[in-house]
Amino acid sequence: MDEFNNGISPVGIAHSIMDELAKTARVAVFATCMVDLAGHTVLEATEKVLEAMGVEVVLPDGQSCCGQPALNSGYPDPAVKLAKHWIKTFEPYDVVVSPAGSCVAMVHHHFPRILEGGWRERATRLSKRTFELTQFLVARQERLAFSLDETVTYHDSCHMKRFLGESSTPREVLSWVKGLQLVEMEGADVCCGFGGTFSVKFPEVSVEMGRLKLDLASRTQAGFIVSADPGCLMHLEGTARAQGIGLRTMHIAELLAKAMQRKSEHLHGDIRS
Amino acid sequence: MAKRSIGLQGRENIYLDRPIWASAHEEPEGAVLSDVVAQAVDRPNTRKVTDLLMAVEEARGGPAWPSPMDFLRERASVIRRETLEDLPGYVSQLADAARSNGMIVHFASTPGEARQVITDIAKERGVELVVKSKSMVTEEIGLTKHLESMGIESVETDLGEYIVQLADERPSHVMVPAIHRSREDIARVFSQLSGGSVRSDIPELVAFARQRLRADFARADMGISGVNFAAADRGTLVIVTNEGNGRMVTSRPRVHVAVMTMEKVIPRFSDLAVLLPLLFYAASRQRLTAYQTFINGPRRPGEQEGPEEVHLVILDNGRSDISKGSYKEVLACIRCGACQSACPVYRRVGGGQAYLSTYGGPIGAVLTPLLKERPGPSELSFLSTLCGACEEVCPVKIPLTSLLIGLRADYEASKGPYSASGLAWKAWGELWSRSYGYSLSTTAVRLVAPLMEKARQLGFPLPGAAGRWVQGRSLPRFTTRAQAKHGSTAPFDSAPPVLGNFTSDTQDDSSVSREEHIDES
Ligand code: SF4
Repeated sequence: MDEFNNGISPVGIAHSIMDELAKTARVAVFATCMVDLAGHTVLEATEKVLEAMGVEVVLPDGQSCCGQPALNSGYPDPAVKLAKHWIKTFEPYDVVVSPAGSCVAMVHHHFPRILEGGWRERATRLSKRTFELTQFLVARQERLAFSLDETVTYHDSCHMKRFLGESSTPREVLSWVKGLQLVEMEGADVCCGFGGTFSVKFPEVSVEMGRLKLDLASRTQAGFIVSADPGCLMHLEGTARAQGIGLRTMHIAELLAKAMQRKSEHLHGDIRS
Repeated sequence: MAKRSIGLQGRENIYLDRPIWASAHEEPEGAVLSDVVAQAVDRPNTRKVTDLLMAVEEARGGPAWPSPMDFLRERASVIRRETLEDLPGYVSQLADAARSNGMIVHFASTPGEARQVITDIAKERGVELVVKSKSMVTEEIGLTKHLESMGIESVETDLGEYIVQLADERPSHVMVPAIHRSREDIARVFSQLSGGSVRSDIPELVAFARQRLRADFARADMGISGVNFAAADRGTLVIVTNEGNGRMVTSRPRVHVAVMTMEKVIPRFSDLAVLLPLLFYAASRQRLTAYQTFINGPRRPGEQEGPEEVHLVILDNGRSDISKGSYKEVLACIRCGACQSACPVYRRVGGGQAYLSTYGGPIGAVLTPLLKERPGPSELSFLSTLCGACEEVCPVKIPLTSLLIGLRADYEASKGPYSASGLAWKAWGELWSRSYGYSLSTTAVRLVAPLMEKARQLGFPLPGAAGRWVQGRSLPRFTTRAQAKHGSTAPFDSAPPVLGNFTSDTQDDSSVSREEHIDES
């Protein structure tokens, strides 16, 4: 941090470049540690949706975690180690897609900050080919037929919204689902209180923040709180279950997989306009 | 018999209901941050603070930085960083200009020195009663308490500060010191103070305070104020308030002492055209505060009003060092309090007192460890989810989350290379940067998790992080990957369940070998 940086500067990738990349026939999926540990249904759903779009899914051997837990706990060295490992693992692929907004934000926002020299360049180059799942789905410009009779509310994960700079693609993806009602809650982008190790360093505040989020979400009368981040969802689900709050949580990939009608029905055309 | 404050008369009758760690008088030494935070969550007014700040944000709506505020924000960020490039230079330019305006300038490198300078001024001039306008730096140096110990009463004249002073509390917000106090609370404090009954009706509360404080303005010998900005080129001090008390404090008493930390300096008077509207906007979405006071020195010959002497005390307190290091951007802060209002943790602990420091919220979590403040808990940088809401609202674009991450690393490094957590994270790094290590440990978690769930059902307390997780939360359902899949040939539902990760024997067609994945260069 020798030079001043300008606060949050979400890595903006020109849509045209994203669209071009998204035409790829094959993507490497970065599962993330949270999904590996407690969210295999998220991974399955991710694969299912991508494959229905005609994309070949590869789970690169040896993938592990982006290193964020160590970095945020005050241990940049192991984080750097994992960042390098991550780059080596995913560099051979044209496009990387992950169902975890926060981990993609780590790649985009923090990798260039914690790495130096050649590694920083490699990180920057690779981050341009690394998408959060809904970003990829939108950039791919083809729409599957989704349909689900449900009312949901969407929780913006902090890192996805503020460090990746993405809040529109998940909403756009949800708008594709026939019969689905998205009711925005007050403070959709207010932190749910997970915060990685924050959740166990200050459990009382963490849980109260989670309850507040669930409370705001419940007021929308939605059946599910949907998010694109497994970390937030694990925390919210754990809080809801222990506190007897009826609202259920669902990852956006799971929702899409559930809403998938046929294997693939491509609606070509400019779906952004 | 020294002059006593009318505003504070009867304060011994006030029942102090704050926890000891929120006190302005007791050092919160020994208080454990995580315990305090847990207690703060349960304080009666905490949820009201949360709801209030959420409602304020909701009412503001819209994008945080509409035009032309975004332009001012860009410009201000540059101005503030330009200042930090040569902080000593601008400070000495300010001192010269202030002197030629007739002010007496003092430098203090520590809080102790600043207190000494101010008490010396007071003693030499026979000061018995002091009126103060809102100032965070005087909180930082513990001035009121010190003056009291010298037998000089000092009364806060900002309404919010007055309330927290009566209740013996530290301010909980840099702009709204009594944000954690409801109207009813305030009415109760005023009633106990006066021995009468004051209704919880805002005009009545304000009238009560005004009437009490007016008497002190008229009788005080010395006024102490902070400084919002100090223009180096002209030696002008700027103080902004909404209550007009700043103007009274700086003009009625015969001596005015303005206290500032060195980074309040700005290069040019004309920079105020950017910084003032930006401060108003960030702090309260105001176009203009009710009062902006520009001070260019003491009363001049022939003038009717104004103090006979104006002193400017410039405090360093570690800032020269901070300005040379990797955290210098924290000194760009213009103390608008926006990061506090926006912080979901700050909101949920009911304000800044739980941070056990002068400055609460994100700015406090960064600044406190750097100031190595009194008992300032150094692990304060962990009291954040790193959600980034603070950076989004900061009018001078301080990268607060990056600074917090840096401070966390410093804190952990200070434990030495062989701390338990250090060794654990090192081992984690070794294990998780290898494919088998990662599979092994995630598998281990999945194997242990059901046992933990069982133990929990049987009522055993869970150890460590798991134990803290289950305070109010269920354990996640640790699952095995139903399948590990490479390539796209296998139909989705047909692969057998595989324990562990990425252990399928199908090679993907990438050109990278397994070895290349695991070794570390
Ligand atoms: S850090 Fe930024 S938002 Fe916080 S008080 Fe300072 S200027 Fe305001």
